[in-house]
Amino acid sequence: MSVSEPMSPIVVRGLRKEYRSKDSSASGTVVAVDGLDLDVAAGEVYALLGHNGAGKTTAIEILEGHRMRTSGEVKVLGVDPGDGGRDLRDRIGVVLQTSGVEPELSVAEVLEIARRSYRSPRSTSEVIDVIGLNDKADQRVGSLSGGQARRVALGLGIIGRPELLFLDEPTTGFDPVARRSFWDLISRLAAEGTTVLLTTHYLDEAEHLADRVGVMADGRLIAEGTPADLIRSFGGSTVRFSLPESEAVTWSEVLQGEIAAQVSGTVTVTASGRVEISSSSPTSDLSVVTAWAVSRRVELPDLEVVRSSLEDVFIRLGQDR
Amino acid sequence: MMRSTGETEARWPGSAGLLLAQTGYQLKLFYRVPAAMFFTLALPLVMLILLNAVFGSDTVGEGSESQMWPTRQFYTAGLAVFAAVTATYTNLANMIPIRRDEGVLKRWRSTPLPTWIYVGGAICSSVILAAFNVIVMLTLGVVAYGLEIDAVKIPAAIVTLAVGIASFAALGMAVAAVVPTASAASAVANATVLPLAFVSNVFLSVDGAPRWVQLLGDAFPLKAFASAFQDTFNPTIAGAAWAPGRLGFIALWGVVGAVVAVTQFRWEPSGSGGRRSRRRSAAESSD
Repeated sequence: MSVSEPMSPIVVRGLRKEYRSKDSSASGTVVAVDGLDLDVAAGEVYALLGHNGAGKTTAIEILEGHRMRTSGEVKVLGVDPGDGGRDLRDRIGVVLQTSGVEPELSVAEVLEIARRSYRSPRSTSEVIDVIGLNDKADQRVGSLSGGQARRVALGLGIIGRPELLFLDEPTTGFDPVARRSFWDLISRLAAEGTTVLLTTHYLDEAEHLADRVGVMADGRLIAEGTPADLIRSFGGSTVRFSLPESEAVTWSEVLQGEIAAQVSGTVTVTASGRVEISSSSPTSDLSVVTAWAVSRRVELPDLEVVRSSLEDVFIRLGQDR
Repeated sequence: MMRSTGETEARWPGSAGLLLAQTGYQLKLFYRVPAAMFFTLALPLVMLILLNAVFGSDTVGEGSESQMWPTRQFYTAGLAVFAAVTATYTNLANMIPIRRDEGVLKRWRSTPLPTWIYVGGAICSSVILAAFNVIVMLTLGVVAYGLEIDAVKIPAAIVTLAVGIASFAALGMAVAAVVPTASAASAVANATVLPLAFVSNVFLSVDGAPRWVQLLGDAFPLKAFASAFQDTFNPTIAGAAWAPGRLGFIALWGVVGAVVAVTQFRWEPSGSGGRRSRRRSAAESSD
């Protein structure tokens, strides 16, 4: 096989991973990944999205070389990660779900010892700069906040100047501000041309960061595309408004009857009295709602039409299964 | 190995330099864990001072007066061995599982550092600690307790130390490999070494002890290590005090430990399914 021709950094065909069942009473095996096909192009940010147990981490750890597959074909930067060895590990960056950074060492110390094993690493000061921990460089990793410690793990992932970066649930447990700034960091790396494969169960994270998203469930991809594609084909829009407080309870009955009969989408009323109509034709559905409100002389001050989020897609895909 | 396009011309860092850096990194980590410092360095030192204060003026040995020798010679040598064992066996059996549970081992395995250099760094650092420990104990023995060193026996002393330290490092790695969690490993390491020390001529002489105590000590390598090293400080033994039988016995344990460590070693916390998944590639890349 020629290895000089350009090829996608990640090519996966029919990947399957079985574990022996830990429960001795259960017969046989647990299938964590069940026929996964995946292509990630150079420079792309690809998000594997799914609930816990969907097979995301097993899949990414096979690509990282931490697990052997049961069957299927896997090429990472043109080589099989199962025996890629030192050369492959020099060209990839890995941020594991558990950061695995020594708490007794300072930020600068962990980066300094890590960079020595690469062929052409970034300098420690450059990485500290990128991860924004200049004022924490001499502080022990064990004394950092969760978000800061995760930045150190990211710093370790990029110190070898990787062509391909794996991020396994990079922002789990972050506060919203820390997540935003972490996203900015990853966006900047991607802008420099690093290919990124990340797993997440945060839909906003996938929507914000990814060029393409693959939705995983039960070890398989059940949907794939750009966030906009997925929303267009599975989501549509939502017409939503709140009911005036005083009469909310009685109105919810009325609304479900009258409006549900005429709109194209499905109507749901949340516990707080908010009505949501997920709609594939928002214009006509909006006119149903406004016609009804005008005829009843009801003002709906927060009436709005919003494009579905990836979350709606995710929930819908989950319901279809 | 085949390489793809875009390869940089930069060369791999040299193995010797990497090993040195890893050794220094492990020593730094050790230095920053107070519990490790205490059990490895302070405990043997405290034992030496206490035991000498209580029994220092006695003599040990069996038979006639001419075969008796001063306890200070006995204790200093026995506790130097104990210190070497805590620095290698206890230290590795404690620290490697802690790093495994923290995910540190797995992270290092994601980097291009050859795995043998990571493991080698941990072992080298424990050997350096053991050597340091022995030097401290012997120095204290000479300065404070009038320890006599017989030049003729120095080669045997050094070889005994080398064989013992290597074997107990291997046994520490074996415990680290077999025991599932850090807390279990810590318990196993201490529960094996401390009781064994009582039947192995470390804290007291078992020459006059009941037969089962002697047999128990004889079954494990600590007594052979302590006795062989003590012989090199025993003025009643003439000549170089070589003990090939004991050294062979210690080495046999060491080889068994090394085999267990190499075949059973795990890079991930138990239950995460990644057991020995990259052995083949690790062997390929260890250049």
